[in-house]
Amino acid sequence: MNAAESSFADRLLGRVRLSGLLSLAAPLLAIVFAGVVTSIVLLISGDPPLETLGIMAEYGAQPRSIVLTLNYATTYYLAAIAVAIGFRMNLFNIGVDGQYRLAALVAAAVGGAVALPGPLHIAMIIVVAMLVGAGWASIAALLKVKRGVSEVISTIMLNAIATSLGAWLLNKERLAVEVAGSNNIGTKPIAESGQVPGMAIIPGTEAKVFGLIILAIVVGVIYHVLLNRTRFGFDLRATGRSETAAVASGVNVKRMIIVAMLLSGAAAGLIGMPQLLGSSYSYSLDFPTGLGFTGIAIALLGRNHPVGIAFGALLWAFLDTSSSILQLHEISPEIVLIMQGTIVLSVVIAYELVHRYQITAEQRRVSKELAGGASPRPEGASA
Amino acid sequence: MEEAVISTSTPAVELAGITKRFPGVVANRDISLSVRQGHVHAIVGENGAGKSTLMKILYGMQRPDEGEIRVNGSAVTFRSPSDAIAAGIGMVHQHFMLADNLTVLENVVLGSEPRKGGIALDFGTARRKIKQISDTYGLGIDPDAMVEDLGVGARQRVEILKVLYRGARILILDEPTAVLVPQEVDELFGNLRELVREGLTIIFISHKLDEVLSVADAITVIRRGTTVASVDPKGVTARQLAELMVGSELPSPETRESTVTDVVALSVRKVSVHSPDERCIVDGVSFDIRKGEVLGIAGVEGNGQAELVEAIMGMRPADGQIVLGEQDISAWSTLRRREAGIGYIPEDRHRHGLLLEAPLWENRILGHQTRKPNVKGPWIDRGGARADTRRIVEEYDVRTPGIDVDAAALSGGNQQKLIVGREMSGDPVFLIASHPTRGVDVGAQAAIWDHLRAARAAGLAVLLISADLDELIGLSDTLKVILRGRIVADVDPQNVTPEQLGSAMTGAGEAA
Repeated sequence: MNAAESSFADRLLGRVRLSGLLSLAAPLLAIVFAGVVTSIVLLISGDPPLETLGIMAEYGAQPRSIVLTLNYATTYYLAAIAVAIGFRMNLFNIGVDGQYRLAALVAAAVGGAVALPGPLHIAMIIVVAMLVGAGWASIAALLKVKRGVSEVISTIMLNAIATSLGAWLLNKERLAVEVAGSNNIGTKPIAESGQVPGMAIIPGTEAKVFGLIILAIVVGVIYHVLLNRTRFGFDLRATGRSETAAVASGVNVKRMIIVAMLLSGAAAGLIGMPQLLGSSYSYSLDFPTGLGFTGIAIALLGRNHPVGIAFGALLWAFLDTSSSILQLHEISPEIVLIMQGTIVLSVVIAYELVHRYQITAEQRRVSKELAGGASPRPEGASA
Repeated sequence: MEEAVISTSTPAVELAGITKRFPGVVANRDISLSVRQGHVHAIVGENGAGKSTLMKILYGMQRPDEGEIRVNGSAVTFRSPSDAIAAGIGMVHQHFMLADNLTVLENVVLGSEPRKGGIALDFGTARRKIKQISDTYGLGIDPDAMVEDLGVGARQRVEILKVLYRGARILILDEPTAVLVPQEVDELFGNLRELVREGLTIIFISHKLDEVLSVADAITVIRRGTTVASVDPKGVTARQLAELMVGSELPSPETRESTVTDVVALSVRKVSVHSPDERCIVDGVSFDIRKGEVLGIAGVEGNGQAELVEAIMGMRPADGQIVLGEQDISAWSTLRRREAGIGYIPEDRHRHGLLLEAPLWENRILGHQTRKPNVKGPWIDRGGARADTRRIVEEYDVRTPGIDVDAAALSGGNQQKLIVGREMSGDPVFLIASHPTRGVDVGAQAAIWDHLRAARAAGLAVLLISADLDELIGLSDTLKVILRGRIVADVDPQNVTPEQLGSAMTGAGEAA
């Protein structure tokens, strides 16, 4: 494999741009393909495909479901951004899950223990969450920089440690109290000054959209600006595209690894905030796990692009929401899992195909426009 | 008598009119070559001359645009290396492709495992076959040894055995001595003679002339993508070969006035670089480059030039002192050195010079991401960077439909012109030009030379590393020869002959 060509991983992680309509063709192709595969599965299991999709779409379009979808998507979006920050520079932060859970737990405990005036209280909880997420991620970053430990391995292990550490902390002798009216335990509820009220913006339902959906949007904008408009972002993307070229251009790669990992961890710390500050007000045993992995799938789906990730998160959330109706129609809700898996897989394949088409097309176009008589052959391993 | 029989038989491999083009570059042009059965046939040429492309074609990794390949007299078309293997051609790569944690036996059968009863592996047969091959050709390989316990020479013999096991009668060895110490080289040559005695044919790629002369039965020289000569090693000296390799038509020494000043721009003092295993790669190199001076460093690839450059750029830890102008920059980061006015045209533009999948204007920023017109404070100045990219495209004649195409879409020559333009921007005081015209077409080459000359006239100090003697002699004010990490000779480019330079470079004779 020639170092000159983009590797499969580069394309997988969206470090290779697709331009114009082609960038839309790939995901559309993938979703259509996933639809076909799901239909086949439904046919095999004896359910009518079109009808099933119709049921899901109908249920998903109800006002209450839309609120639910938006709320899921808010969380998923933050998770995917946390993953994408690492992806953009070749860091696989598999530990988003552990970073998020630990951050949510500590932030909830701190938030429940103090009382501050409104905005300050909220800000403090969010900052604590970001610090804890970044702190947990920094372990993997330091191990990589100082000892060359692959961040994939260390973050996976840190996930396991975070689970145990969380269980140890979430104990009545330490951070937990009994949740009133159940045998569940959780952190002390956050006082009203630290709660973010929901927004009833969807007509036709009482259900409220997380107030922190705005946080997700802001994070998306910051992600975009930071990566595309700043020197830091340029260095980060350059390192992801070619570490050797980045080194030669004067980028301190070790420092970039640490900073990118800290940012990824800080973003991971935010994942639990919409739910914590918007509905549960306390971290308890039933806080969702696995969000970090959902984030990986959505970051792949959205090609690490802030808008692409938004669509990916909404699609994912829609599928999650509408799966709950399937059981009423005696269709296994696991069909949605198959669908989600197929979408990710076909997105990867579709991008690969479109990319190959595009690179030859561009080379052909350049040679044609230059009319230098150069052959349109792709420049493979050059002489 | 047997010799006579072999030499009258059909050639083992014949290449006729092989041409291979990449966009903007012709890697191979009308290559013709005839390899006799039972010969060690050496193919020599500088790096970038087109040897590897030719071998990739012969091994089925790339298909020629024109021309014919004949193996044992019959024309063949290879779609993949497996076609080549089926035709009895095997390749031993420069970098070993062995799994350390497997035995020799397991490595050899990997990919063509002998089956027993459809499922089980038949290691017994394989072991016998390996032993037999090893004994026949005197390779001395124990099939049950772990590869990780073997030395470099033995690993290479395993690679050879692997190819023989698959039934190859024609072996391509790509720079086989690059990784060996002298004793191992002698051993390898002994093995090769054994192999040809048994009737095998060996194609031996190298640029080490003394080795080629000692082992080859026939030599073909490739230069700038085409075969320039086929010679008999008995009737040729290393000097003559060197001359053929780099081309004897040297540019007539231009009557140009010297622009060298007395002001030292860069001073390198006793710089040494060690590899991770403590081997000395660059050994106490010292030189001064003055403003308006081009200092050329001649040397065969792999004698420490690349490491020296990386040490000056701060990409590799080094001992010694590097002084830029008045300042000791030895402890500075790469970024700070660049900011202080060091421009860098890297040897491998794909690895170190470009972001291939990024548009040209982003590539303009690379290496200059702290300087105007690319940034305003912490922000990327898109407008400034794009405007300046247009200027470079214009001034340096980068043939491109626009500045939004990816760097990968440009030909090598145009990529290089973009890099040259970029590195000349921002008023550098010192420029490292490492193989600045490697793999670029003739037009771009002339343009790049002109730019370097103009910059020199404007007072730039240039360190020129090259394996192309034309380029070195034509551009340099001062020439030094590097061999095994040491500066071994100072040469006056006005008076040097290519023979003298070639000899010094390859260590084949006395220095000039």
